Amino acid sequence: MATAARPRLLDWFDERLGLTALREFAAHKTVPLHSATAWYYFGGITLFLFTIQVMTGMLLLLYYRPSPTEAYESVQFIMTRVQFGWLVRSIHSWSANLMILTAFIHMFSVVFLHSYRRPREITWLSGLVLLGLAMGFGFSGYLLPWNKLSYFATKVGTDMAASVPVIGHQVARFLRGGEDVGGATLTRFFGFHVAVLPGLTTLLLVIHLGLVQRHGMSSPPWKEGKTLAQMRFFPNFFLRELMAWYAALGVLGSLAALFPWELGEKADPFASAPAGIRPEWYFLAPFYTLKLIPSHVWRVEGELLGLMGFALLAGWWVLLPFWASDAAGQVRTRWVTGAGVALLAYLITFSLLGYFR
Amino acid sequence: MRRPFLRERGCGGRARLACEGRSACAANVANLSWQAECLPHQVVRLANSGWWGRRFRLPSGPLLNFFLCVAVLFLALAPALLGKDSCVECHSNMDGDLKAPVTAYPNDIHFRHSFSCADCHGGDRNADDPEIAMSPAKGFKGQIARTAVPALCARCHSDANLMHRFKPQQRVDQLALYLTSTHGKRLAAGDTAVANCVDCHSVHDIREVRDPQSPVHPLKLPETCARCHADAAHMAPYKIDTNQFAEYRTSVHWEALSKRGDLSAPNCASCHGNHGATPPQVSSIAEVCGTCHVMFEEQYNKSPHQAAFASMGAGGCTVCHSNHGIRKPGIGMLAGDGSVCAQCHDATSTGGVAAADMARLLTKLDTALDQSDAVLKRAHDSGMEVSEAVLRQMEGRASLVKARVAMHAFQVAAVAKPVEQGLAVAAETRAAGEKALKDRDSRRIGLALSLVTILITMAGLWMAIRSLESKGGAIPKPAGR
Repeated sequence: MATAARPRLLDWFDERLGLTALREFAAHKTVPLHSATAWYYFGGITLFLFTIQVMTGMLLLLYYRPSPTEAYESVQFIMTRVQFGWLVRSIHSWSANLMILTAFIHMFSVVFLHSYRRPREITWLSGLVLLGLAMGFGFSGYLLPWNKLSYFATKVGTDMAASVPVIGHQVARFLRGGEDVGGATLTRFFGFHVAVLPGLTTLLLVIHLGLVQRHGMSSPPWKEGKTLAQMRFFPNFFLRELMAWYAALGVLGSLAALFPWELGEKADPFASAPAGIRPEWYFLAPFYTLKLIPSHVWRVEGELLGLMGFALLAGWWVLLPFWASDAAGQVRTRWVTGAGVALLAYLITFSLLGYFR
Repeated sequence: MRRPFLRERGCGGRARLACEGRSACAANVANLSWQAECLPHQVVRLANSGWWGRRFRLPSGPLLNFFLCVAVLFLALAPALLGKDSCVECHSNMDGDLKAPVTAYPNDIHFRHSFSCADCHGGDRNADDPEIAMSPAKGFKGQIARTAVPALCARCHSDANLMHRFKPQQRVDQLALYLTSTHGKRLAAGDTAVANCVDCHSVHDIREVRDPQSPVHPLKLPETCARCHADAAHMAPYKIDTNQFAEYRTSVHWEALSKRGDLSAPNCASCHGNHGATPPQVSSIAEVCGTCHVMFEEQYNKSPHQAAFASMGAGGCTVCHSNHGIRKPGIGMLAGDGSVCAQCHDATSTGGVAAADMARLLTKLDTALDQSDAVLKRAHDSGMEVSEAVLRQMEGRASLVKARVAMHAFQVAAVAKPVEQGLAVAAETRAAGEKALKDRDSRRIGLALSLVTILITMAGLWMAIRSLESKGGAIPKPAGR
């Protein structure tokens, strides 16, 4: 009876959802096999970690209270009283960091394999916006436990926004919900973290993944035109991706169990800033660079100069697919690889310096 | 009336009136006007005469006249307006002791408030002739006699109206206090070797007390007192020991002051007073210590020692803690080799047994709290969330402090109560720490099981992939973009 009912049920769905077309698409989707195929997994791992974020975030929402008087206590309650609350919170925090790490790896693999080239310019742009949104998740989520370190890090971060000419003060005011970091900032950041950013991310993710399916997996330029062995996406590549997800889950569980995310001390707006205050690791490189710039360079304020530099760098990086090709449409692989290596070296060196100094 | 001359000269008001008062011949008018012409006007007229005047003619007019008059007036009165001080002018050109006051005085708080040498030493600072400037007729006092210093300083410092102009909260009872001090009494008796205002505050470079360079700044005061009180030759006539400063530098008070930079920590003046400096009477020592150690004084006054020490003429707190060289107190003061109780109480006597009991109780609580701390630290270092227990532990530490305070009533029952409360807290926090460590172990076992499951699943997946790919390999295709 069950065997007879199943095809009928599938037919019913197929008629309405067009599952046969999807199945056909999956059956014909392939992944190029070459020495750098392993890098293709990182996009999927980032997506897996984002899913973990969504699930653990929803669980945390059951207990979290976004107000200065209750935020810290509610996180403390989650970590000490709620069954497996410590695990959920630690996985959420570790997964956020790992997600940004894998997103960076994914971005640099795209750069070094030159997958940004025509016709994938919009895929590149949507990916960069997704990375920016992930960092926005990190910045807004960092404040939510309302502990001393996150409070002062947010103060420093929003102060940087304030130094942008013309609109800086308005931007900082908008972010803080007032002149200083306080209860309004917490409520606002909570709103960004659980409503605004997830909405935007979902939209961008649909565009990004849709474009990846539209254009298929890119082959490196040096393999272009050659006959290349291809792996079926389903089930071969998918099963391998599943193995990578399990590995990521193992790493995540180990980090959460062996190094539970610390809660720290409750934020006290009247206390002095703790010594050695620094932002999350993915903001360390720009943070340390701004620290190195003198307070005034000629007549321009050092911080402003630094921010202008970063804005130019970000603009140049965003436009990579457009300057990476010459007039004949050939990719300047050496230039792009050189720029990627230089940027990677800068990020690693300055992040390490920022962490240890 | 014809007034061409005046118009041509553009003369000021005074000259104009002078001219208008006469209707005589033109020569007379011209002569009169020339005499009445003001000095700046003459300068402009001279400047405009000759060949350079024809080339660079200075403008003239009523406004210019006004400004020129003001400038000339200012130059004439400049010495008085800028505070001419012939004392400074002459003494700046001298050497040694006669020059020293002028060199030091710019750092002096009185200089900053525009007081001059003459305000203390008398004389006329506007007179250039030294004979006149330093004449007794002008009130010149010369070097101030040591016996006259307090009264001289008090002329201003006892005047509330004057002092409040500079510092609204400044006290004005320094002289009154000084006269009650041993220093003041001896000075009044003619002993000029004792300290007066300038010995402590210095002279000619007197700074505010809060200025770290002031000799009476809290960090420097002990050394300032020690300048005399650690000088054996100086103290010999008074038969006063000179070991106070050396002892003080071994004390907890000195440690708090100099090492921790706690400016509220006691220095000499905190116990002896500053302007009314005098040794505390034996009967008032507990009150002196009690100004800071309020609860200890309260307990001590309830203790049997209070009456006993008073009858013996012993100085309260100092019997056990000494006076200047107060060391960090500990349970060892009650029992053991360093026991101060044992100096009077036999170990088998009631007092000796009570001291041993109190020491045992305090040690028990101290040890229990240390053990809880260690467990909580291990849990925290393992990443466990124990902040609530750590907060509760602070209540246990507060009980230990209460027990140490209660000990000064020298009654075992008074100590036992806070000790019991503290032990209850220590047991609770230790249990919380141990539970956290147990949870940590459970997590690790759970992690190990999860990792094994994950590895088995990954191995299964790998086998499935191998099996799948053994049937059909990769598909060759031309690589796209």
